[in-house]
Amino acid sequence: MSVLSNAVEQLVSIEDLCVTFKTGKKPVRAVDGVNLGLRSGEVIALIGESGSGKSVTLRSVLKLHPPRRTEMSGRIVVDGEDVMTMSPARLADFRGSKVSMIFQEPLLALDPVYTVGDQIIEAIRRHETVDKATAKARALELFELVRIPSPERRLGAYPHEMSGGMRQRAMISLALASRPQLLLADEPTTALDATVQIQILLLLRELQRDLGLSVIFVTHDIGAAVEVADRIAVMYAGKIVEEGPVRALIREPAHPYTRALLSSVAHGGFVKGSRLQTISGSPPDLSNLPKGCSFADRCPDAIPACRAQVPEEVWVADNHRARCIRIEVAS
Amino acid sequence: MASDDQTIDLGGPAQPLLKVTNLTKHFPLGKDLLGRSSGVVRAVDGVSFDVFKGETLSVVGESGCGKSTTARLLMNLLERDKGEIIFDGAQVDSTDLRLKDFRRQAQMVFQDSYASLNPRLTIEDSIAFAPQVHGVEKRQAIERARSLLQKVGLEPRRFAERYPHELSGGQRQRVNIARALALQPRLIVLDEAVSALDKSVEAQVLNLLLDLKEEFDLTYVFISHDLNVVRFISDRVMVMYLGQVVEIGESEALFESPRHPYTQALLSSIPSLDPDDRTNKPPLSGDPPNPINPPSGCRFHTRCKMAQPACASQVPSLVEHSDGQSVACLMYEPDSAYEHSQAIEEVTS
Amino acid sequence: MFNIAVDQNKVPDVPYERSAGYWENVGRRLLRDPVAMAAGAVILFLLILAVFGQWLAPYDPYDGSIMTRLKPIGFEGHPLGTDELGRDMLSRLIVGAKLSLFMGITPVIIAFLIGSCIGIVAGYTGGWVNSVIMRTIDIFYAFPSVLLAIALSGVLGAGITNSLISLTVVFIPPIARVAESVTTQIRGRDFVEAARASGAHAWTIVRVHVLGNVLGPIFVYATSLIAVSMILASGLSFLGLGVKPPEPEWGLMLNTLRTAIYVQPWIAALPGVMIFATSIAFNMLSDGLRTAMEIKD
Repeated sequence: MSVLSNAVEQLVSIEDLCVTFKTGKKPVRAVDGVNLGLRSGEVIALIGESGSGKSVTLRSVLKLHPPRRTEMSGRIVVDGEDVMTMSPARLADFRGSKVSMIFQEPLLALDPVYTVGDQIIEAIRRHETVDKATAKARALELFELVRIPSPERRLGAYPHEMSGGMRQRAMISLALASRPQLLLADEPTTALDATVQIQILLLLRELQRDLGLSVIFVTHDIGAAVEVADRIAVMYAGKIVEEGPVRALIREPAHPYTRALLSSVAHGGFVKGSRLQTISGSPPDLSNLPKGCSFADRCPDAIPACRAQVPEEVWVADNHRARCIRIEVAS
Repeated sequence: MASDDQTIDLGGPAQPLLKVTNLTKHFPLGKDLLGRSSGVVRAVDGVSFDVFKGETLSVVGESGCGKSTTARLLMNLLERDKGEIIFDGAQVDSTDLRLKDFRRQAQMVFQDSYASLNPRLTIEDSIAFAPQVHGVEKRQAIERARSLLQKVGLEPRRFAERYPHELSGGQRQRVNIARALALQPRLIVLDEAVSALDKSVEAQVLNLLLDLKEEFDLTYVFISHDLNVVRFISDRVMVMYLGQVVEIGESEALFESPRHPYTQALLSSIPSLDPDDRTNKPPLSGDPPNPINPPSGCRFHTRCKMAQPACASQVPSLVEHSDGQSVACLMYEPDSAYEHSQAIEEVTS
Repeated sequence: MFNIAVDQNKVPDVPYERSAGYWENVGRRLLRDPVAMAAGAVILFLLILAVFGQWLAPYDPYDGSIMTRLKPIGFEGHPLGTDELGRDMLSRLIVGAKLSLFMGITPVIIAFLIGSCIGIVAGYTGGWVNSVIMRTIDIFYAFPSVLLAIALSGVLGAGITNSLISLTVVFIPPIARVAESVTTQIRGRDFVEAARASGAHAWTIVRVHVLGNVLGPIFVYATSLIAVSMILASGLSFLGLGVKPPEPEWGLMLNTLRTAIYVQPWIAALPGVMIFATSIAFNMLSDGLRTAMEIKD
């Protein structure tokens, strides 16, 4: 774990998390030994492409995977409690109160037959014993917190009556209804227009600042991650391949995959008129991971030793680590 | 020699491949009991632009701007309410250019790579369908399909007789590109063709598109919401807002110094990649409005920082400047009712 | 300009990687479904009875003697007893399979063909043509099927042909509705748009792209109507509007054995059991087919 972090201050500590899905003929190892820590009031972004395991990791914190088909091991400690050993009753309490989640598509998270105001009031009253009037006042506060214009009127709106950005804000306020310490965000801005996306990203930063909210933010867009996060963790084939403070990771990426992502077109990494740098090949088959480093087959710096065994974590700096044997660590 | 081997450049290099004038499409919202229309969605409202031979013109804009509808109107997949589409000097769907001939010369690649392929047909059958429609014999069409698969980087032996669900998103999109090429078109409209792909795959497909463009002398109309991709691939860019064109011009010039306030806001909404230079204030507040009841005058005036009372009453026209960039904004129209202060005049001169 | 060279040196017998087609996969899944296979076995058995019944039946189904009327199940020489005219029940049930199955399956097949045409045309064309066709269909659909069948039979008169016609008419509207709905969905898919963009005629697009994708679901729906058809046909025969005596047909047999309920209730129930078993078998096969076709591809 990070040398600097004080065990007492860690709000979230994920240790050696492994998640395997048993569907179809071969089991799929979606998450393969993830270690992650998060301090109170900190925002960390989990970046990766599809199949990297970022969403699976996120959903593991709330144990949202179907129990029959999923095998999980490791520890996920949130504010002193290990999610993996929680009783079902405690888990139900835990979800939505200490930790809550927002999703990519609000229409799927919001109930279409109730007004958003009603849903927030219900969420508040599920975790606190307050009367309806107090709950309504809090709902209004929440709407103002997420900067929904004309909040009084909007409390009575149905989800489909709201625009995309408004719905996303409503979903955030619903997630905040029970005063959680940790917010899990699963690609909340991916489906939004550019001008709306930046508004939501800035809102999340404000909430972090004003409420001391900790956030784990999953995205495939490094730009969004930079705008919102204090630290970034890059995932590939179920493992974290690099993790560190935003500045360090963007300025001096250590892992070849991170470097490749940063030089992709989506992140402005191109010279117009030339061909794009591409990462050859395609992501590995998670039910049939190659021996050694999963990225070796596509890595420009790979040597035979890369395929011998899974690389250990190397500390590039005090709180910046990467899984690659080709990294020269400045001593 | 296949029976569809006739692509003739009618007008020469100076003539635009596509000349679109006043394109308009309104979708009725439905009628009430008495048969009265309860409103229209003014999806595309008087759009005019040219597409020059051999260029890549990108169309950008947010939800409700009308770019997808424009794409379908260009392809004649939707019937336009008003306006003209002239392809290399000939009006589409007229005695000069039959619709079927137009279809041979203009093809489209859609966003959803899976929905674009018939799940019951093999890959090569999907690609060979269009040539057969135009008279190519089946055996030859299949040969052409296999050859095209090779061209887009999919080994025919491995892929030709497979079904769409067995391929990955990137592979399917390559198949869609091969399918678009099967008729040997001159124009390809790409509607968010790389948006649904993973970033690493996206780069491969973009490189492929550039290679194909050069090899087959193609013209692209590229619709996308990803401004970084647009910046990379375009020669010119057209920005749309609420069914209208607000700015159009050379790509680099537009990205370096956007003129229209909406373009400026849009470009500065791209998340910063510099941790020390994060965005502090969102350039625009609120959501893109609904094209059902667009604001009067300049449609952007309700959200524009530079708006003045004149903007609510006068509709700006798309004016071309000396450097080739066109903007639809009263600030840049010298004889508009917009009150120009000294500072603005300096900027626009 | 374009140089898509055809490689003349290509070795023609290097095998291309093929995968099983959609229907092959459906077939395989169906074969692995025990319930569907059991139902299929039952139906196969009934079909054998239908085709070979007259040779399998121990007695002549028309031949009865008052002396041996209404003998119970297990009676010597008549394992399933005899009916009210002394005819062997087993033989009548066996031979009755032919007519009952015929009355059940034929109207559905014809309605499937006609209804699919109507629905696909309406679904693909859209617009006012669709509205006109489907609202007309809806008028017939609004009638409960039993009432409609009876009314039509009443108008046309009794007899096998007439009841086939009325049953076919009853089933055309629901099949047309399903066909229209599925076609409209497929019509909106991008690959159909792409086919339109290639300049193909509507008929070509329907033939190549639409049919392969819609006939499956329509067919599954139609198979679920076979059981209904059998019951309706039996009902018509029961009411005297369908098959006329002395033809062995299960529904008719239910009618003629009505009065025997007080004397030999088990015998009177036997034709009903056959109808019931056949309906369940068809429904289970139809369900199995639907599941097999829902391949998540």
